[in-house]
Amino acid sequence: MNKKIQKAFQNGKAFIPFITAGDPSLEVTEQLVYEMETAGADLIELGIPFSDPTAEGPVIQAANIRALSGGVTTDKVFEMVERIRKKSQVPLVFMTYANVVFSYGIERFVKRSAEVGMDGLILPDIPYEEKEEFDEVCRKYGLDLISLIAPTSHDRIRMVAKEAQGFVYCVSSLGVTGTRSEITTDVDAMVKLVKEVSDIPVAVGFGISNPETAKKMAEVSDGAIVGSAIVKLCAKYGEDCVGPVGDFVREMKMAIG
Amino acid sequence: MSKGRFGKHGGQYIPETLMNAVMELEEAYEKYKDDPEFVRELTDMLNDYAGRPSRLYYAERMTEDLGGAKVYLKREDLNHTGAHKINNVIGQMLLAKRMGKTRVIAETGAGQHGVATATVAAMMGMECEIFMGKEDIERQALNVYRMKLLGAKVHSVTSGTGTLKDAVSETMREWTKRIEDTHYVLGSVMGPHPFPTIVRDFQAVISKEIKEQMLEKEGRLPDVVMACVGGGSNAIGTFYHFIEDEGVRLIGCEAAGRGIHTKETAATINVGKLGIFHGMKSYFCQDEYGQIAPVYSISAGLDYPGIGPEHADLYDRGRAEYVAITDDEAVEAFEYLAKVEGIIPAIESSHAVAYARKIVPTLPKDQIVVVTISGRGDKDVAAIARYRGENLYE
Repeated sequence: MNKKIQKAFQNGKAFIPFITAGDPSLEVTEQLVYEMETAGADLIELGIPFSDPTAEGPVIQAANIRALSGGVTTDKVFEMVERIRKKSQVPLVFMTYANVVFSYGIERFVKRSAEVGMDGLILPDIPYEEKEEFDEVCRKYGLDLISLIAPTSHDRIRMVAKEAQGFVYCVSSLGVTGTRSEITTDVDAMVKLVKEVSDIPVAVGFGISNPETAKKMAEVSDGAIVGSAIVKLCAKYGEDCVGPVGDFVREMKMAIG
Repeated sequence: MSKGRFGKHGGQYIPETLMNAVMELEEAYEKYKDDPEFVRELTDMLNDYAGRPSRLYYAERMTEDLGGAKVYLKREDLNHTGAHKINNVIGQMLLAKRMGKTRVIAETGAGQHGVATATVAAMMGMECEIFMGKEDIERQALNVYRMKLLGAKVHSVTSGTGTLKDAVSETMREWTKRIEDTHYVLGSVMGPHPFPTIVRDFQAVISKEIKEQMLEKEGRLPDVVMACVGGGSNAIGTFYHFIEDEGVRLIGCEAAGRGIHTKETAATINVGKLGIFHGMKSYFCQDEYGQIAPVYSISAGLDYPGIGPEHADLYDRGRAEYVAITDDEAVEAFEYLAKVEGIIPAIESSHAVAYARKIVPTLPKDQIVVVTISGRGDKDVAAIARYRGENLYE
């Protein structure tokens, strides 16, 4: 287990924001990381853009396209993280798609991630059955490959949780990423299944866009993950998004305590 | 752990949300595929509704004209709805019904798979929604209207390049939203396990019939069987029962678009590299960072950046050959078959006809080549006219 990820869950309930690296630019992404850390983010998910992100809703799809159109590449994201690590030790995990890692070379990607100071990796298109090829390498370099559970997982939850590293990403709702007016899944029951077999932290994501929902989700788990609501602010304010995103993160961290 | 491998290809690279759905599908398929009642119902529908077996036609004028091997055409264009797609759709819909699903969703490129899905959904009284790229909706207006006539809802997919790959992505996204009552009728031998196997088995009827018909007509196996390849469902259907017959050459014809040395191509085996996308490990057209390439072909049905995992493995093993055919060559073949045999093939199938025109003259007269005509070309007439600088109006 990566120590920094464990620490992210030791400051009350964890607030975990997601941003797409390079949206609107890598310079702004770097500033966003510092600002979100100051505002109370316990762990930050950095999306490496992918041309065809099949688990994302329209908001994050558009951010991926904006970042790629701006010329972001995996190598440029690594260089940005190197710069960030000179100023900040906030826990960082990459969130991207299997092909981004596979085409770079799994070992080359994970090794470089560890060298620049990343702590974990989330690949939404790598389920339990396919994780070995990635997980082995991640363990070798001390990166946590984060496992996901979904409302449809049922009896798979224990199996996934037993081998999970870092934290378990609990997908709150059916469908793709995006803001939702309410979450109807029995997240509490899902978290309990994880806790039956492991004391690993569980963070809830997908569809959380306001302090009320974040608070509700954090009450039954160890933290809340918010992506689309923040990416919407990046889209709306562009180069000037650092302030508004900071305010939003502060409000969310306050709400979940 | 990993299931559904063809050599190093295949697998189940999908979000956790869909894992139980594909496992449920696999269980249902294992339960019913050899169930006599299921097999009987499938055979009856293929025969009485879709019009199987499809004809194996000796193309005498084409044979004479090319002056080499004897050419037979496997007439999948004569099936109900005008393409091979219905073979797979009937099979999957019968499974979906047994799984208690009341709604089906599907992607479509040229519209052939969408039309087949909408057709069988209408016949079985199931709710049907089709996802089609915005570009393809413009290229294939006739098929869009056919789907609507059949009672399906057609969604225009505007993400990405607005073509087949985006339609697949969007249908996968839709499936993660609503799984309980919904089956995804995947149209090709691609995606996560068990789709490549299920679709292949339902399309294998093509090679099963070719074999029987060829033995009846010629008393021997063909020397070459060939078909066009996008995802590769009609091609794997054409190859399957010949894979063990080492003497039979298997040739898949990919869409080169404007040429494999340009960026406007969809010839995956010729220009792609190993990757993970749309639920499978296989070859994909992509850049050095793994970003999926915006591929191009005149044929909406072949305009896809990947290829089914079993084809990727047949290629690795050297068991099948994959050649690239340009837009120009396909259009010429489209016109050629119309004039020489009175058969207007789909622009997809025309890629196979084009390669037949290249190799048949080089083969001795005592050899036999079978070309699968995967679909009929009515849907393409307006586009071909445009290609030739003529605008058609109703």
